[in-house]
Amino acid sequence: MTAPLLEVRDLHVDIPMPHGRLHAVRGVSLSVGVAESVGLVGESGSGKSLTLRALLGLLPRPARIVSGSVLIDGEDVTGLPAKQLHRRLTDTMGMVFQDALTALNPVMRVGDQIAEAPLRKLGKSRSEAKAVAIDLMTEVGIPDPERRYQLYPHELSGGMRQRICIAIALSTKPRLILADEPTTALDVTIQAQVLGVLRRLKQDENVGLLLVSHDLAVVSQTCSRLYVMYAGKVVESGTLLDLITAPKHPYTFSLLRSVPDPGHRVARLLTIHGQPPDLTDAIVGCSFAARCPFAEERCRQEEPVLEPVGSAPGTVIRKSACLRVDTAERWTAMVSEETVGQQ
Amino acid sequence: MSAATSIGPALPAVTGTPRRRRGRWNVPLVAGLTLFALIVLCAVCAPLLTSYDPIKQNLTDAFLAPGAKGHLLGTDAFGRDVFSRLLYGARVDLRVGVLAVISPFVIGSLLGLIAGWFGGWVDAVISRIVDMVIAFPFLVLVIALVFAMGPGTTSIYTAITLVGWVAYCRIVRGQVLIAKEQEYAMAARASGLPTWRILLRHLLPNVVLQAFVFSMSDIVLTLLAIVTLGFLGLGVPPPTPDWGTMIQEGQQFILDKWYMSTIPGLAVVLTGLALALIADGIVEKANK
Repeated sequence: MTAPLLEVRDLHVDIPMPHGRLHAVRGVSLSVGVAESVGLVGESGSGKSLTLRALLGLLPRPARIVSGSVLIDGEDVTGLPAKQLHRRLTDTMGMVFQDALTALNPVMRVGDQIAEAPLRKLGKSRSEAKAVAIDLMTEVGIPDPERRYQLYPHELSGGMRQRICIAIALSTKPRLILADEPTTALDVTIQAQVLGVLRRLKQDENVGLLLVSHDLAVVSQTCSRLYVMYAGKVVESGTLLDLITAPKHPYTFSLLRSVPDPGHRVARLLTIHGQPPDLTDAIVGCSFAARCPFAEERCRQEEPVLEPVGSAPGTVIRKSACLRVDTAERWTAMVSEETVGQQ
Repeated sequence: MSAATSIGPALPAVTGTPRRRRGRWNVPLVAGLTLFALIVLCAVCAPLLTSYDPIKQNLTDAFLAPGAKGHLLGTDAFGRDVFSRLLYGARVDLRVGVLAVISPFVIGSLLGLIAGWFGGWVDAVISRIVDMVIAFPFLVLVIALVFAMGPGTTSIYTAITLVGWVAYCRIVRGQVLIAKEQEYAMAARASGLPTWRILLRHLLPNVVLQAFVFSMSDIVLTLLAIVTLGFLGLGVPPPTPDWGTMIQEGQQFILDKWYMSTIPGLAVVLTGLALALIADGIVEKANK
């Protein structure tokens, strides 16, 4: 098996607080293959954005990486000197942010922002860089790119701005795009168009995608494999189909059951009670135990580890961090009983 | 269109001219610019507006009241035409005022940019120097420095630069601290652009506005400093006309010839007003 394009091993991110520290990312490991689209799903505060930002050294202050390693093409780059490391990471990956308006320099023409990296980093001439920028604008579906090249960010619509951001991310010729909630600030129709751009990049240009989102619908339209994060940890991973049809972690299960699905009529949507645990404390037992409808005594004492589950044929290994994973098949039935019982 | 294939859904092409940007002009900006332009025009066209030599003494015609013997604003203790001195004084004061703001502006902004972006010990060193300079009153320090270096325009430039940069440094540093957490700064870093490029092309244009607005009022402050230095005899050496020296000369006769000090004083006030209006106008325009 060839080495994945990007591999992250045991990443820990801390945010120092006035009283102690907030352990926001607690040992995340993930990988993205060449031209693969992978989703990282979780609710706010689950550490998914921090994981993504840590990859490019863009953590907001005062967050910092405590430990972890990054492998590119199977080669551990963590030990490289800071400058080389930054270069290696930014050469491999490009980033698309959530809010395209704040991610663009308000006082620079959008075309110049796309042409900047080819000009300053790839050493192209001014006219070559402009040609590259106009090609990229066409590529991400911006009509009349010559005219739009001259515009400033505030003169463009939200969808156009996000396309510009994708073009900027592509301007360094990366092999992987990191996208942090790229469509959250857009309305649904524009969302679909932007997701379409990201999907086609993978097909036509062989650019991989690591997409962070809290929106299962967005992820399921774009990604073939998912990681589900909760309280700073990956609690379940596997193919999109596996996760959606047969979740092996109660958190994934609850997430799916909290979204209406036109295919399955249910009497009542499931809500996840309570709040995520306080990440400043050490968590004893399973971090989801307090909110889990299936938790039992040992869940509150024993910490589950992310382990392969089932005998999935093929290369994609299914993993789950749940002590009661063996009861997964009966969860649906258990929840309906409970809901009925409550009524 | 280029050769690249479109991989996104095509959107309808936009036709027509881009809509006109509103709010290009506003009342304070227009008023301030007009007033300032008038003052500059008076300074530039001084030889056309008056036939009197600003430094030529005529002791028989000393202390003439405004309007007397064709002297529009009268004459001073040496019989020099006040109107001429006012116009030629504007040349000196405006030049020194504007020039003396440019170097603190540039030096302060660059140091603020560096301090804010790199943080750590770089920031600590720069910020402590700023704190030390700010601990002294602006004028006291400028006066002390000019006194040490001797009167003259070079001393004024040097002293004001040495003291004035700290304000720009503080303003820009604060703005950089905000701007560098913005996503566009992160996006620039994610593109792997060289640091100088991120600083000069992405951060500076976004943080410099505040410093620029401050520089407008700083010109007024500097003008006052020059006037004060002139008043103290540390300014532009006589007989070169300068508003501060004029105020100082008229001050001894303030009780019976009030206009001798008041007229150059009004010139300072008008110039200050014009610059303050420009600053207001820029802020209003930027906030639209």
